[in-house]
Amino acid sequence: MTGGGVIQSIDYAAVAAPLVLALVAGLVLLLDAFLPARPGGARVLGLVTLGGMVAALAVVAVQAAGGGTRRTFCVPASLGGASATIRAAPASCSFVADRFSLVIAAVVLAAGVVVVLLSMTEIATGRDGGPAERGRIPAGEWYFLLLATLTGAVLLPASRDLIMLVVSLELVSLPVFALTALRRHDGRAAEAALKLFLVSVVSTAVTLFGVSLLYGVTGSVHLDRIDAALRTAGDMTGGTGDMARVTVVAIVLVAAGFAFKIAAVPFHFWAGDVYRGAPVPVAALLSVVSKASGFAGLILLLTYALPGKAALWTPGVAVVAALTMTAGNVLAMRQRGAVRLLAWSSVAQSGYILAPLAVYAVAPRAAVGASVAYLVFYAAMNLIAFAVVLLVARLPGGQDLEAYRGLALRSPAAGLSLAFALVCLAGLPPGLAGLFAKIVVFRAVVDGGLGWLALVMAANTVAGLYYYIAWTARLFAPPAAGESRTVPTRAAAGAAVAVTVAVTVVFSVAPQVVLSVSG
Amino acid sequence: MSWLPIALVAVPLLGAVAAFVPAVRDSAVAWGIAVSAAVLVLAVALAAVFDYARPAEMQLQTDWPWIPGLGLRFHLGVDGVSLPLVVLTALLVFLCFVHLAGHPPAGGRVSGLVVTLLVLEVGMLGTFLALDLLLFFVFFEVVLVPMYFVIALWGGAGRRSAAVKFILYTLLGSAVLLIGLLVVWTQAGTLDMVALAGHHGAGIARSAQILAFLAIGLGLAVKTPMWPLHTWLPDAHTEAPTVGSVLLAGVLLKMGSYGFARIAIPVLPEGAAALAPWLGAFAVAGIAYGSLACLAQRDLKRMIAYSSVGHMGFVLLGFASLTPVGLNGALFANVAHGLITGLLFFLAGAVKERYGTADMVRLGGGMLRRLPYVGSLLTFACVASLGLPGLAGFWGEMLTLLGAFRPAAGLSRPLFLVFMAVGGLGMVLTAAYFLVMLSRVTHGRAVETVAPAAPLEPAAPLAPAQPDEPPGPPLATAEGVREVLSELGEGAEPVEPVATEAAVAALGAEAVADAGEAGARGAARALGVGSTDAAEAAQRRRPFRDATVYELAAWLPLVALIVLFGLWPKALFAVTTPAVQSLLGSGMAP
Repeated sequence: MTGGGVIQSIDYAAVAAPLVLALVAGLVLLLDAFLPARPGGARVLGLVTLGGMVAALAVVAVQAAGGGTRRTFCVPASLGGASATIRAAPASCSFVADRFSLVIAAVVLAAGVVVVLLSMTEIATGRDGGPAERGRIPAGEWYFLLLATLTGAVLLPASRDLIMLVVSLELVSLPVFALTALRRHDGRAAEAALKLFLVSVVSTAVTLFGVSLLYGVTGSVHLDRIDAALRTAGDMTGGTGDMARVTVVAIVLVAAGFAFKIAAVPFHFWAGDVYRGAPVPVAALLSVVSKASGFAGLILLLTYALPGKAALWTPGVAVVAALTMTAGNVLAMRQRGAVRLLAWSSVAQSGYILAPLAVYAVAPRAAVGASVAYLVFYAAMNLIAFAVVLLVARLPGGQDLEAYRGLALRSPAAGLSLAFALVCLAGLPPGLAGLFAKIVVFRAVVDGGLGWLALVMAANTVAGLYYYIAWTARLFAPPAAGESRTVPTRAAAGAAVAVTVAVTVVFSVAPQVVLSVSG
Repeated sequence: MSWLPIALVAVPLLGAVAAFVPAVRDSAVAWGIAVSAAVLVLAVALAAVFDYARPAEMQLQTDWPWIPGLGLRFHLGVDGVSLPLVVLTALLVFLCFVHLAGHPPAGGRVSGLVVTLLVLEVGMLGTFLALDLLLFFVFFEVVLVPMYFVIALWGGAGRRSAAVKFILYTLLGSAVLLIGLLVVWTQAGTLDMVALAGHHGAGIARSAQILAFLAIGLGLAVKTPMWPLHTWLPDAHTEAPTVGSVLLAGVLLKMGSYGFARIAIPVLPEGAAALAPWLGAFAVAGIAYGSLACLAQRDLKRMIAYSSVGHMGFVLLGFASLTPVGLNGALFANVAHGLITGLLFFLAGAVKERYGTADMVRLGGGMLRRLPYVGSLLTFACVASLGLPGLAGFWGEMLTLLGAFRPAAGLSRPLFLVFMAVGGLGMVLTAAYFLVMLSRVTHGRAVETVAPAAPLEPAAPLAPAQPDEPPGPPLATAEGVREVLSELGEGAEPVEPVATEAAVAALGAEAVADAGEAGARGAARALGVGSTDAAEAAQRRRPFRDATVYELAAWLPLVALIVLFGLWPKALFAVTTPAVQSLLGSGMAP
């Protein structure tokens, strides 16, 4: 801090969750270096990682149960503010553990637990069943990177200044490139990693440029101060002039950077190849953890830093939401591979998460609540699908949708779980979780008066059903002649399926669980 | 006794879950019969404890909060409008299971079909019992996936595309319906149907009412279906297995029309008044289109499906008149259509099972001689469907025309007179196509163009033997058939397939007979029109089996109810009339 003499007191209880994750990440690296290289080693590392995730989740749960908001890394109003008008404001904090950040942290940590379980299966077995040296994944590095990503994902929703936002977003993204490429001698994975790297670097550059413009305009990096500065500037100039134009450019650039992360149109094209090329647990990580962080960052930026400009950005969000869900669904319809289909379908689902934000100007609380609620439902449903896909992908030719023919008859548990996930994602009973998620989003949009967006969503629900139900029907179709392979049972991935199905069933029967924390 | 509505939904749901237990799965059909019988008993009990002195009121209500975040309450209840439909649903599902016991459709496992039908029943009963807009929507959606699987797994040759068409169309309808319901919710601030109906649109702006009626009406019109949104229906009905067609026509279509009576008209009276002329216009277009399309059909099931479009047109016309008479007629026609078309699809399924085709040209004539029971019941059902006075089909359609004759105040009378005239013409055309069909199929000499599709199972009690013999190889020529037959007959003369099970039992050489049958089956399948020696030979020896015990058990209750409601329509009107008056509010009565 400038001037010195300011001693920040750090509330370690507030930052306990990311701290636990970071410490466990270090522990995993140490263990990897000192544990003898024997087959059980990877398993120990996996369990340690799992323990770290569960511990962090417990911390988050305790914080949530305790209620209230914890802040730390605060800067008193007398410092850092450029304009005299906001000097009277209360201290601005860079890290705030409030309900929003705790909900997102809980979602990413729960998803992280599932991803670790999936990773244990992925690492224990090579590509095509059986452990093979070629394509083996180094366990220590894998779990370290996973924990690093999760640290970023837990930090991000609690960030309340632009620098911390960008840094934690990078902490989420950077390990994922490495995770994608970690399976050696796999051309497809390397290509996916490179693609993801380029997309991510470009989006970070764009975001940073936008951030620098915002800082230039407002003279602050704290979200609340940016809001205050923009409001006073708007009051003084009436929203015209060069500064206002620069602000628009800054908003567009920052939003575009986040749009890359959540694969929103027109920055969606990378999703298919990257999901397909990456190991399945990484695809699950991208589609849930990385996406949730991207949304958390976008929501923070739009609703904490730029709520005064809501009239400016809501129409853009509405259009992007409509285009994203449409493009995702259209692309998903044409896929023959399971992971690619899930990739595009999760792009389409991003559109639904985005849609309620378009009515932020009319109903701020309901908009954010609906977005977060949909994100939570989506995370649970999507992880079931990825868990089963991981199991089926073990079979030769298991990447193809044809491999799922008759799965419900060959392996009832896996088949029925996937069928449940798919009807949930389609938003139809018996997948009540998905249905209620859709209702929440529709309600927010209709309540906000965006009838056209509701109609686009209605049409997209049908488009989405087209491929989800086709896949579901395949699960129950009579298996191809001579096809009697059952899905290999793996304890870790099986546990992942069981956990996600149980959570989704709870969400189906008592969606209030989600609605009460998100709303 | 307010646990009755909950039990009606819970029993089939628990039954469906229990059907996954291996012990239950092995005797799935018996389990299905037991569960659906229990539901039917509950429905009859519901009808018995229902207070007929005040049918306009919601009775036996349950009202629990379910999802406070959405304002969704688990609110069930029954009144004069929903009671007949609840009983109809329970009855039809039970009859379907009885039918299933003797005539399991080809396709996936029967235990799977039992589960899907029970889940379907949950959705159907829940839709008629729900008193919360979103709860109604949830139950409305519950039927989609099971019905999709009923068509896609146990359907006919074109099942895949028919099932996809069905679910996509109806989901599009549901999505629009949801938007409409949410518009009502944002405007009125409540999801409680009783309160909403009690307000008669108070508190909802006229423009919002029109918008909401348009969205809700469109959503329901897909399900009902209203011309021109009906295009999913002929394929779905034609390809679905018998039980699927019966439930689709008998109950699922009613969910759409019930929505009009329960939500669209009472909750949004101004919207209804503004859009009623359009609804009426599309309704009579559907009547005319349905009957003209029927005249052009060759396939029996397809013809009945199109006749549903026409009949549901009458129901919608009754709603469009916005009068108690019209609404009463619509609700009566609703129930009557459920009974009659349910019976018709049972019979069409029976015909298709015996002849192997439902193509009227290939069926030839003379069904009354070849299959006296099936033929005469088909004649009865057709006559009931064309609206013969004295049978159930008559009253509803007459009253809807009467409603159009004198529509509610504020609606253009000349316009509705035109609608009435077109509707009347539609009735005449309906009579025409049914009579043409009867003259083609049931009357005349039996031109034996079609061989029996497959030997029928013996009507053994509850546990029909599964046919295990593999289908014969596809054969292209008569020569091929003869070759295979002689091969299977172990070099002897082509073995004539033996018809009756008694004869099979009498024959010691079971293996020979089986082999012969397998060959004849293959021949009949491959050639279809059995103009070959082998098929004709099979034809001579094996007469069609007439109605089985299971079929009669499934059909006769429907026949009895059709006659009952035809002769004593007051039985239904006494329940619906006060309810209808309260739905329309006092101001609307003429």
